[in-house]
Amino acid sequence: MSIDSASSHNNSIEISHLDFFYGNFQGLKDVNLNIAEHKVTAFIGPSGCGKSTLLRTLNRMYSLYPGQRAEGEIRLYGSNILDKSQDLNLLRAQVGMVFQKPTPFPMSIYENIAFGIRLYEKLSRSEMDDRVEWALTKGAIWNEVKDKLHVSGLSLSGGQQQRLCIARSVAVKPKVILLDEPTSALDPISTAKVEELITELKQDYTVAIVTHNMQQAARVSDFTAYMYLGSLIEFGATDQIFLKPQRKETEDYITGRFG
Amino acid sequence: MPDKHLSSQFDHELNAVSSRLMEMGGLVESQIQQAVYALSLFVEEVADQVIKTESQVNSLEVEIDRELSTIIARRQPTAKDLRLLMAISKATANLERAGDEANKIARMVKSLISSGGFRSLPSSELRLTSEMASGLLRKALDAFARLDTSTALAILKEDDLIDKEFDGFVRKLITYMMEDPRTISSSLDLLFVAKALERIGDHAKNIAELIIYIVKGEDVRHTSMEHIESTLQ
Repeated sequence: MSIDSASSHNNSIEISHLDFFYGNFQGLKDVNLNIAEHKVTAFIGPSGCGKSTLLRTLNRMYSLYPGQRAEGEIRLYGSNILDKSQDLNLLRAQVGMVFQKPTPFPMSIYENIAFGIRLYEKLSRSEMDDRVEWALTKGAIWNEVKDKLHVSGLSLSGGQQQRLCIARSVAVKPKVILLDEPTSALDPISTAKVEELITELKQDYTVAIVTHNMQQAARVSDFTAYMYLGSLIEFGATDQIFLKPQRKETEDYITGRFG
Repeated sequence: MPDKHLSSQFDHELNAVSSRLMEMGGLVESQIQQAVYALSLFVEEVADQVIKTESQVNSLEVEIDRELSTIIARRQPTAKDLRLLMAISKATANLERAGDEANKIARMVKSLISSGGFRSLPSSELRLTSEMASGLLRKALDAFARLDTSTALAILKEDDLIDKEFDGFVRKLITYMMEDPRTISSSLDLLFVAKALERIGDHAKNIAELIIYIVKGEDVRHTSMEHIESTLQ
């Protein structure tokens, strides 16, 4: 099935005929999808539908695990990241990821940001200071931490930790940011702040988000993909998916008739 | 709604607010029928009854809107559910207005009775229009309950006939008024009645359009008949 509602935009990522295997189990089946540049694309679907699997193929996070493999093509600005020659560290700098549970490094707030930057760039002390401030500002957390940059990142609240992690992924200036249920461990206020941040991030970055919270997908995304049993069932503009989905399966899921 | 939600309470709430709408529709329908009866036989008591029913209709309107707000706040409905609730909200407004038109007719009937001016006027010629209008609203409510788009389409076409009847009736009234200026005041009352019937037809038509919106997700207001027919194919 080929669905390209996002085709009128520039695409950051073009996925074609993507299959994914956990050993013998096929987790993704012939997924074809374009992720539009500077837009938020949300992936929804019941547990085990393959949405997180799909997200993890986009920066080849699965390559950490033996026995997992992807077939097909994922083009990031034209080049196929599934190629064996793909430099994984470079890929993960271009395609950052934020997880469900905040994962700050057990080091200072400043070092949480600076650590990743040092892997890719040599910056002077003052350049680094500027970059850290810039990233924390982008992560909408600068005002809350500017007076305690040398305190441990773990001392922050859950919501602050998650924004720190977003700032950390922004710090290396990626092209795409992947968010895997970024607010499922957060309270509503922190969730609202992260959602606000997502909307700001799309000015500069392409965002792909997996969420169990359908209303969150409705609130933050421009495009929504509904997945079920490893297949992409429907993909389209979020307004259309939530008002008038084309497929009955999608309608049943988003209206809570899924059984 | 044919398929069930995971939450049976949600189903229950949707069914409850739908039946409230039907209850309100039934009241407005009886208002219109009584108004038409009062008009054809000039019975003041029946006209009074129409006017009395208005407060019941109004309070149902308020109650349905309150239930709708509650469902939206608590359930965040999407897709077909959201369209159903939006449509119920608008159908409620249309029914309330149709009830207002029945009231206008009842008041005009009273005014015609007290002036005694009805005897020389072609009020019986309104019978066809009035039957069409009240029949159209009944059909619209039935079709809404069954989410029947082919009946909805038939209603849209039938409303055009009412509009034509109305135009014809206006021309007839004008000849009466020209022949005998003493009938002008009563003719004007009758003109308002005809206008009210024509408006009831319009409200039925609006409800029919809402049925298409719920089922097809397509807003067919202010579009051509060809467009609507192609939407329904």
